[in-house]
Amino acid sequence: MSTFVEILKAIGLAVLVFTFLAVVGAMFGVYMERKISGWIQARLGPKHVGPQGLLQTIADTVKLLQKEHITPRRADALIFNSAPIIVAVAGLLDWVVIPFGQVGNRFLVVRDINIGVVYFAAMASLTVIGILAGGWASNNKYALLGGLRAASQMISYEIPLALGILWAAMIAGSLSTVSLVEAQRGGWFIFKVPPLGLLAALTFLVAATAEVNRVPFDLPEAESELVAGYFAEYTGMRFALFQLGEYAEMFAFAALFSVLFLGGWDEPSLSRQWAWVWLVLGAGSLALVALIQFRLRHVLLVRPIFILAVMAAGLSLILFFGVMAGRAQVLPSIVWFFVKMFTLVFFLMWMRWTYPRLRLDQLLSLSWKVLLPLGLLNLLITAFIITVAR
Amino acid sequence: MGEFAAFTILSLLILIPAVVVVTSKNIVRSALSLVPTLLGVTGFYVLLQAEFVAGIQVLIYAGAITVLLLFVIMLTEGGAGLQVRQVNEQIPLGVTAAVWLAFLLLLVFSRTTWPVAQRGNPPAYSALAIGNAFMTDYVLVFEVTSLVLLVSLVGAIIIARREE
Repeated sequence: MSTFVEILKAIGLAVLVFTFLAVVGAMFGVYMERKISGWIQARLGPKHVGPQGLLQTIADTVKLLQKEHITPRRADALIFNSAPIIVAVAGLLDWVVIPFGQVGNRFLVVRDINIGVVYFAAMASLTVIGILAGGWASNNKYALLGGLRAASQMISYEIPLALGILWAAMIAGSLSTVSLVEAQRGGWFIFKVPPLGLLAALTFLVAATAEVNRVPFDLPEAESELVAGYFAEYTGMRFALFQLGEYAEMFAFAALFSVLFLGGWDEPSLSRQWAWVWLVLGAGSLALVALIQFRLRHVLLVRPIFILAVMAAGLSLILFFGVMAGRAQVLPSIVWFFVKMFTLVFFLMWMRWTYPRLRLDQLLSLSWKVLLPLGLLNLLITAFIITVAR
Repeated sequence: MGEFAAFTILSLLILIPAVVVVTSKNIVRSALSLVPTLLGVTGFYVLLQAEFVAGIQVLIYAGAITVLLLFVIMLTEGGAGLQVRQVNEQIPLGVTAAVWLAFLLLLVFSRTTWPVAQRGNPPAYSALAIGNAFMTDYVLVFEVTSLVLLVSLVGAIIIARREE
């Protein structure tokens, strides 16, 4: 009987996580990306469907759902049709080990398994099979080139990624995501063993950006060279599934980065005599807001910074008054999880629309000649330090 | 009961794609069919409570080895989905070997008294226990294996460079 209940639970959670991803990950992610790219390029972005274009992605999804599925004539139909499902499911499975927060003594995580981060890396590495299969099955030279680029890129960047994960796991002494967050109660790992923590976080972030195929590492789908890369031949909902998988993966990596280095759902806590730091931060952000609002011309280019400053001011002031009122936990943990995740997602989008793409040889030498030695040395030195300090 | 059902499903998941691997005329399909097989083996590891090995199995075999296989296939001439013959004139030999192996296995199975005695709990397969074992009892084996892998890596680079 318990097996039956377990299976029902698994189905329910899968539906929940999938809905969350489809709504937050793909729909809101695409909207955010289009809006931010618009601002960075001094455009307005989507504006017409819904208030401020909020319903644009829903309209697009409805459009994609109605479209015809086209399978190219000489494509391998079976592999062609299953490839988007592999990508989407792999992106979905990443979320099993991501902890969203804590309510009382219960952790909001689908399953806290004792090899959490290894599981995450394993599921993330499955995506490339879907990409490679889709690229090959399309029977299109651009798609095949995109798939091959994805394969070489992901194999190269998996190693620095694993080194970054290992660094955090080594400090925490555990592979489970929940205990990784618990271990950061006293201080986030990004500030541990300075500056090595920052270095490990940077290694991980660069590798994660490459792993989710985003600029400056978006060679598999480089529009100007490969049309759209591995999904050039896909139409309708299959194309949308590729997009869903990609955004799910990006959000998952942002969430994992916050779990590994930014304390996951933990609130950045300062004791009462340090509460003025929040006030200073809040005042600074408010000053920035005022400067942009009244001094500069309110051009679109500064709008991302403006919105960030407004949010930072709000958060800092809430924290300041919360700490002054003597509350141990000012905001619920799930809010912190989303704040950290969306900040990282914003950072990734900012990078995407700011930097040009690398060349393939630059991309590979960055991984093998810079990130890999750096990550290994970092691991070695940190291991030495914590062994000596113990 | 749940365990038996899981075992049956996983066995089918391993065996059916495995047949495709050795019979398909399309070499890319063969390579892709390895993925469900390897994932099924992962399922067995999970059933045996060896989660760490399961994670590594997916990471290395499904995630890296298969991708490497596909990569190599697509970079060579077979990448066009060439029709390949997977059988050659050694069928009689192969059949003989298979029959003998099956005979031996059946012999072993029938001679064993089931269930094989299970005293106490299975050993802890946690990452911690595996790491400790590697660094204490099996440190020599571990280091020699690393050395072999390093040598093969260097050898591959030397062979690749000679062609330039």
